[in-house]
Amino acid sequence: MHRHVYLDHAATTPLDSRVREAMRPYEEEAFGNPSSFHTAGKRAKDAIDGARKRIADLLSARPDEILFTSGGTESDNLAILGFARAHREHGKHLITTTFEHQAVLEAMTHLEKSGKAGSGSAGKEGFEVTRVSVDAQGLVDPEEVRRALRSDTILVSVMAANNEIGTLQPIAEIGNLIRKERGTRAYPVFHTDACQAAGAINLNVEKLHVDLLTFNGPKIYGPKGIGALYVKRGLKLQPLQFGGAQERGIRPGTENVAGIIGLAAAFEIAQAEREAESARLLPLRDRLIAGILKHIPKTRLNGHPTKRLPNNVNISFMDLEGEALLLYLDAKGVYASTGSACTSASLDPSHVILALGMPYEVAHGSMRFTLGHATTEEDIDYVLEVLPPLVEKLRSISPVRVDEKYFA
Amino acid sequence: MSYVQPSTPGTKGDVTTKNGTQSWFYTDTVKDHFFNPRNFMHEDANSDDYNAVGKVGSPACGDELRVWMKVGPETEKILDFRWKTFGCGSAIASTSMCSVMVTENGGMTLTEARGLKPQDIMERLGGLPSRKFHCSVLCDKALRDAINDYYRRAGQFDKMIVEATRVIDPVSKVTDHDIEEAVLEGATTVEAVQAKTKVGVGNPSVLPAVEELIRFYREKYFGAESK
Repeated sequence: MHRHVYLDHAATTPLDSRVREAMRPYEEEAFGNPSSFHTAGKRAKDAIDGARKRIADLLSARPDEILFTSGGTESDNLAILGFARAHREHGKHLITTTFEHQAVLEAMTHLEKSGKAGSGSAGKEGFEVTRVSVDAQGLVDPEEVRRALRSDTILVSVMAANNEIGTLQPIAEIGNLIRKERGTRAYPVFHTDACQAAGAINLNVEKLHVDLLTFNGPKIYGPKGIGALYVKRGLKLQPLQFGGAQERGIRPGTENVAGIIGLAAAFEIAQAEREAESARLLPLRDRLIAGILKHIPKTRLNGHPTKRLPNNVNISFMDLEGEALLLYLDAKGVYASTGSACTSASLDPSHVILALGMPYEVAHGSMRFTLGHATTEEDIDYVLEVLPPLVEKLRSISPVRVDEKYFA
Repeated sequence: MSYVQPSTPGTKGDVTTKNGTQSWFYTDTVKDHFFNPRNFMHEDANSDDYNAVGKVGSPACGDELRVWMKVGPETEKILDFRWKTFGCGSAIASTSMCSVMVTENGGMTLTEARGLKPQDIMERLGGLPSRKFHCSVLCDKALRDAINDYYRRAGQFDKMIVEATRVIDPVSKVTDHDIEEAVLEGATTVEAVQAKTKVGVGNPSVLPAVEELIRFYREKYFGAESK
């Protein structure tokens, strides 16, 4: 049997055994409902409070600024929809980028939709959205964000690291300029989705100058179904769900106690080990990038070569379609991901690769390899060994020849 | 008693292996044709050896398919059928299967080949996940395009069949008839029709016309506008 090389850590990570150990008591004997007024409930409540404090410390925030949610998507939705709706009287302009995660983009689009008259559909929220474009390297220019600001802009959302191409955005710089533009006013506020970045960069909210910050468990070797939203003290959010006083009534529902404990443990480990793990992953990442670009002709690295997550490799293989390559790799035990339309339910290719100014065929041929804790040099060499003949085989049955300007 | 969740292979349009123990997105037959595609056009092949060509799709919509066909002038039988595709696993497997079906047992006549339906190819493959249905439509279209090309080159213009349909999207070559079929199969939204036919992918300007047609066929077959 051949190797199994999981290179899809940006999709999700396995649960760290230390995290599982931390969670175990709260899945078994300490199962109480934190809202219950007895010892079992108090134990669960204390555990949540402890987790909230530990997470707040790592963010340089206060415990009451941390909200627990069901994951990155909910945190993003709550930040965008919850903030915009609570502050609509003060402005109806929102700013984001063209290559955000769908949890941000679709929330924004939802607010923007005017709603058809008489259709009774949701919408009619009447917000205006500016989507700042990114450069060919996948970086947001803070000046572009500044130029998009208007007197009625209430919210700006820019991701900390892109989920497909891993490019790291100048969050502190953007945050700083927004704070300066804001002056003594209350708007605009700044949100960042840091799900992909949480294991790689310092998430000190003071230094990043962010007012809202999303991160979650399943990208940092924590459990699935848990996320957090940092909400700067004093910022009002309109809830998305109703029926309880948990999380200050902004996110009601009985707490996912074990998940919260797991998130705190995973986040602590991720932040404590991020420098050492980054130092270990960087040469592996660069070995894979260099190996592919050198040994496989007609390939292109998507995203800035160094301003990217230490575990992200995103390459377009010209003249072939990504799903086919993904399945050929799967048969060799290599698990990756593609920006091809064929694996998406919408049949649209990666909006991230298109945002870089690339044509459809380059997006269809894009493959993402994301490294993780278990990735070794042998794994990388195995990929470099099995990949070239698979690419060659698919190219031999392809009638398409992508224009040289996209890879030369 | 164990309450450990057993694996439940083959749910939601996926397909199981013959022994039913493992679930994959494709059947064993699809896998076989995907990993060992038959009759693809070799790099060094001479296109002059073929007397008809067909083409459908574009890289923009994620699939491009070209076919080369050799037809016996007397018998009008398909003696050879070669192809190249920029496409996903389903596209590769359906085209490979199509090439086998039109050439096996001495080859289909052009009339027989015109009777070949995407469903026939799907059936021989043992099924495709529902959102991959359009991939088998693609090779069927390329085949029809090549048949017309054969008659065009032979000067038998009367035998060319210009489908009695209207092309809605010139890029994906989706016709009003395709949209009708998609609606009949239960696709009642633009997204669902797009998933079946790929209409308007990479060419969104045609979508308003598509929406119009969906409404028309829904009313025609399912009565008044229902939510």
